[in-house]
Amino acid sequence: MRVGVVGLGKMGLSHLSMIQAHPDVTVEAIVDSTGYLLDVLAKYTGRRTFTDFGKMLEAVDLDAVIIATPTRMHEAMVRTALERDIHVFCEKPLTLSSEDSMALSKLAERRGLVTQVGYHNKFVGAFREVRNLLDAKAIGRVTHILAEAYGPVVLRPKGSTWRSRKSEGGGCLYDYAAHPVDLMTWYVGAPTGVAGTVLGSVFSEQTDDEVFTTMYFDEGVSGQVSVNWSDESCRKMTTKITIWGTGGRIHADRQECQVYLRDTVEPPPGYRHGWNTKYTTELTEAPWFYLRGEEYSAQLDYFVQRVNARKTEGLNTLRSAATTDRALELISRDASRGPSTSADDDAAVPVLTKPIRRPLRRLLQRYI
Amino acid sequence: MSTQTASRTSNPASARMPRLLFGDNQFFGVNHMSEQKARQQAMRFQDLQSIIDVLDAAYDEGITTFMCTTHDRISEVCDHVRSMPERYSNFAFYPCMPYAHKYADAVTELGMLSAIRRFLPEEGVLNAALRGGRSFAKKDVEGIITLLVDAEMAMFRGLSTPVVWLQNVVVDLLIGLGFKDAFVIFAEHVRNRYGAEPGFITMNLPRALDAFDEVGLENPIVCSNINKIGFRMSGGIEAYEGALKNRQFRAVAMSVLASGAIPPREAIEWICRQPQIESIVFGASSARNIASTRQLVEEFS
Repeated sequence: MRVGVVGLGKMGLSHLSMIQAHPDVTVEAIVDSTGYLLDVLAKYTGRRTFTDFGKMLEAVDLDAVIIATPTRMHEAMVRTALERDIHVFCEKPLTLSSEDSMALSKLAERRGLVTQVGYHNKFVGAFREVRNLLDAKAIGRVTHILAEAYGPVVLRPKGSTWRSRKSEGGGCLYDYAAHPVDLMTWYVGAPTGVAGTVLGSVFSEQTDDEVFTTMYFDEGVSGQVSVNWSDESCRKMTTKITIWGTGGRIHADRQECQVYLRDTVEPPPGYRHGWNTKYTTELTEAPWFYLRGEEYSAQLDYFVQRVNARKTEGLNTLRSAATTDRALELISRDASRGPSTSADDDAAVPVLTKPIRRPLRRLLQRYI
Repeated sequence: MSTQTASRTSNPASARMPRLLFGDNQFFGVNHMSEQKARQQAMRFQDLQSIIDVLDAAYDEGITTFMCTTHDRISEVCDHVRSMPERYSNFAFYPCMPYAHKYADAVTELGMLSAIRRFLPEEGVLNAALRGGRSFAKKDVEGIITLLVDAEMAMFRGLSTPVVWLQNVVVDLLIGLGFKDAFVIFAEHVRNRYGAEPGFITMNLPRALDAFDEVGLENPIVCSNINKIGFRMSGGIEAYEGALKNRQFRAVAMSVLASGAIPPREAIEWICRQPQIESIVFGASSARNIASTRQLVEEFS
């Protein structure tokens, strides 16, 4: 399988390293807008290098591309590749507009192309186990999901990359919260509504560093997102999912999956009533090549296998990424509304629910 | 227990590494099983003294080599050891560089070039290389690699560092990229400038040995996960066993307990049966665990 890698930032370099080590792949070309890194790689590794994506596509025959450029550039690059019938792996988030993302998804589906977006958490053993548990209805009916992510990315006011500019797809919401939000949509589907969003700045001048929001899903499921990328207390990005259901609770992070099952539900195989813990060590298979976590290798291998089999269905297709982009868009839009209930607003007096209101009314009638 | 006396002036290539090396994951909240446990450990080792107490316990058990990252807090340990030369006459550091998160976060924040710039002791080299947009020459790349090594080594000035390691995330990145000449640049610099042996940490042992062969690194010191259940042994446990049997290298085993998934006795009995393993790196937070690990290794070696 002939692959081109576009964009040699942190993600692009690591994708390049992993995919080049894959036994079924040859890397035919690398593309980056800055020359210095291309120079070094051309000199020391003999790769064919380009500074222009279009020129590369003209010059080289490819089966697939890996796109790891700033988010703002994804739409045009993914479209160009799809129009040339090239399978696409693109970094997350897919685009800055769910409409664009959906259009790309439809284009890929029409052309029967394999697509995948880099939401690597779906390849983390513990997070996969959560999906399996939900499929098995292990905790009964799900009522609430909490998705969290914390890490030490922006710890001072100055930032000079595209990640600090909202217009380029930077900021905590698109760059960081996209991961927990994507896990949420994987577990409980697309949100039907969003409320109470705060996109707060801790240090950044042009973009958000923290994301807090409430999400509504079908069947009465609610969710909350709590994300902060200016949290130095975490050594590295820490993503956590907690799900409550009528039959128990699931908590998962990259290392382990902790499950509490009530005796009202039948435990799935390998589980029992009360507390259960499954560790990454038992949920993870060793990949062909390990660089920075099994999940990064596993998602690329999954893409290669799907391309080889021309399997258009699967995890993290453009369509699923478009759902996540839509959720991010709703969060972004809701944030601009500010508080829905203000301390200065008379209408803000809490409205009591019916069972309480009725005795209250009787009480009032008696005294007025 | 062998004692580590190699200094800058001795020839470390001829010195065998000690059977047990003391690691530092437990001090910095690194735990591959549980984030909760990692945080508890990070809290416990907040004070330098609590780190020193554990290192002293290891030292007094005869485990005198500390294989550590170049985390900022290690410089405090260095200061402490430097301040008591008699107490720590046999103490050796095996620095592992770079401390990758420091760079990864800086790249996210500043971009690749500015991140490198931040960690270079002098900006001149990078600026000279970039001036006028001329292309990078090989000597520029060498200059940058060696300066980054020097920046990481600064905290160990005046201390014994018989082996200097390149961290797995960099070794494996370079293997994947096919940028194998960097290993030679690193090895030569570490030998010439620090009189130390280069060591390489990898999560892909069989493939790494091929890469070192290709660039002519003979009998390299290589550290990788080696454990009974094959945890993070990319290429598979059989390929690792084959490498230990048939390839020539100086093997250092880490993650022998697979993050606690294998009981210590079973794990150490297994590792001690494997051929060619010169050293075992382990981490522990208590004197009791250090002593019991040492006893187990003695029992099965």
